[in-house]
Amino acid sequence: MLEIENLTVEVGGREILHNLSLSVMTGYTTVLFGPNGSGKSTLLMTIMGFSGYKVKSGRILLNGEDITHMPVNERAKRGIGMMMQRPPNLTGVRLKDLVRVTSKGNVDTDKVAEELDMARFMERDVNVGFSGGEIKRSEILQLTAQNPCLVLLDEPESGVDMVSIEKLGAKVHDLLTGPTHCAGWREKSGKAALIITHTGQILDYVEADRGYVMCQGTVACSGNPRELLAEIRKMGYQECISCKVNKAVQIKENAISEV
Amino acid sequence: MTSNDENRAKDALKKQAKFGEDIDLDSYHDGKRDIAEMESLEDLPKDTKETMHDSGLTPSGKGRSGNFLLMDNSVVHSAIMGEGVELMPLRQALKVHDWLKDYVWKAVQPDADKYTAETYLAKADGYFIRALPGAKVKMPVQTCLLLKNRNTKQYVHNVLIAEEGSEVEVVTGCATTKGVEKGLHLGISEFYLKKNSKLTFTMVHNWSEFIGVRPRTNILMDEGATFINNYVALKPVKTIQTYPTAHMNGANGICRFNSVAVAHPGSVMDLGSRAILNAPGCKAELISRTITTGGTVIARGQLVGNAPGIKAHLECKGLILNNKGVQIAIPELEARVPDVEMTHEAAVGKIAQDQVEYLMSRGLTEEEAVGMIVRGFLDVGIRGIPDHLKAEIEKILQETDVRGS
Repeated sequence: MLEIENLTVEVGGREILHNLSLSVMTGYTTVLFGPNGSGKSTLLMTIMGFSGYKVKSGRILLNGEDITHMPVNERAKRGIGMMMQRPPNLTGVRLKDLVRVTSKGNVDTDKVAEELDMARFMERDVNVGFSGGEIKRSEILQLTAQNPCLVLLDEPESGVDMVSIEKLGAKVHDLLTGPTHCAGWREKSGKAALIITHTGQILDYVEADRGYVMCQGTVACSGNPRELLAEIRKMGYQECISCKVNKAVQIKENAISEV
Repeated sequence: MTSNDENRAKDALKKQAKFGEDIDLDSYHDGKRDIAEMESLEDLPKDTKETMHDSGLTPSGKGRSGNFLLMDNSVVHSAIMGEGVELMPLRQALKVHDWLKDYVWKAVQPDADKYTAETYLAKADGYFIRALPGAKVKMPVQTCLLLKNRNTKQYVHNVLIAEEGSEVEVVTGCATTKGVEKGLHLGISEFYLKKNSKLTFTMVHNWSEFIGVRPRTNILMDEGATFINNYVALKPVKTIQTYPTAHMNGANGICRFNSVAVAHPGSVMDLGSRAILNAPGCKAELISRTITTGGTVIARGQLVGNAPGIKAHLECKGLILNNKGVQIAIPELEARVPDVEMTHEAAVGKIAQDQVEYLMSRGLTEEEAVGMIVRGFLDVGIRGIPDHLKAEIEKILQETDVRGS
């Protein structure tokens, strides 16, 4: 579904992602691990197309279509939706009005709000005065209204209390497994997700198929997400970094010895 | 109305106002004073009724305690349907109530500037509204000040008295009939809020491209009085300059000014609100939300703290949606005693790109996203507006062109 090829991205004149490649297959849930500052959020923001995330080289392909320089709403139209880590406050815009517009009447947003314990927030201005956990629930409510086919989640569990995480996890699960309103090709093949997680808690609610570890702006390795998480818990990210360095040295040595 | 006042007015005929473009009063005709009265506002032409609707008014008078219509300089309709309130033309009221002379030209001075002076000398008519002592007037009184003929100079003089312990709501729509390109509205309003009374006053300005507007409004408040002022001006206008001022003379008064305005290309809007807190425990809040799509907005606000234990906040926020638009925010705080809590917040600028993109990431087009943010921005300014008006104002807001090309 999503192919990222040799992506190099600059933010504020500084190169954050270097020659990064990864893919998210249709129907698969892919998890991104990596230490703070490794570029995970930058990657998601770039996929969504926010300005300020400048693609210097490489491509982003969605179902074979090059979306690298497409406006944000065109990407949304093609089925990408994102849960942001720090969404802006929309003073004066009520949550119920926003989800009414985005759901286009296809989703019973009042019911979803009830399930997420967000009913009392529907009259409030979007994100204004919301706590960390409330922002997550508001984001997942908005995403449910939007019902995207490629779901980008930036740390869905951070700042969420133990009780709320169950509701949130259940909704993320629904979002990934529920019916899609997107154009034909997705109906048969299902949705895909790219999820940033530090704790891996979200993996209790969604079945993840593949994991990537990002370090210093690029992919350090990939594999089974649960195994990767266990490894990171045991060894820390330092191991990933040195592992990658070792691999690079190994490749280099092999290349030399071959000569 | 002493001759002394008259002399002062005559001397002030050339006196320029402190703010706003100086308007040549001689380039307009005096508005007609002999337009025939009408039995019911339902008899008005269809487009005039539509104009009233767009100004937050109900021509049928349904759900209203009183109806009043001034066309140019003629009172064509004045009817009272509810209880606990008086409504009549001011000229008539001066004959009915001998004591009323003590309220006329007391809150606003005849020689304040050339506009007040000319309105004084023209012996302008307008509405007289009085909420009787202790009366809780259930339904709002609606008044409409309409410019009917082109090149007309409309003089208005209103007096509103909320007697002790009364509660009343007034909705005023100021508008031009379709096809009136040029005109001038001079409006004097003197409001008296007695002890523990409450007045909710909502004014919708619905002018057109070549209309000049110079309202002069002062509000005198006694102990425990509450004044809530909502001002909505979303349509084009040539020039408005207004600076309504609440004089909070009794302890524990509360006043709130909420203003929402859009300056279209060619419009100059000099909009202020002022609260002078003269007694202990008074509270005031002045909130303005302005947008320019090419015109000029000057958002003034002034709080004067003259007594201990007062609390006051002033907020002017402005959005610039067009390169030619100008936003000027001038908040002023003046404290004359130490024990006051006075704050202000002013901000002008364009719409934050991250907000627009956030909405776009939910599938809205850029235009839809900007529209939603702008309407939300203005919505904050009219949250105090009475419920029965909200739908109408929302409709005007939806129809307001906020594209900042």
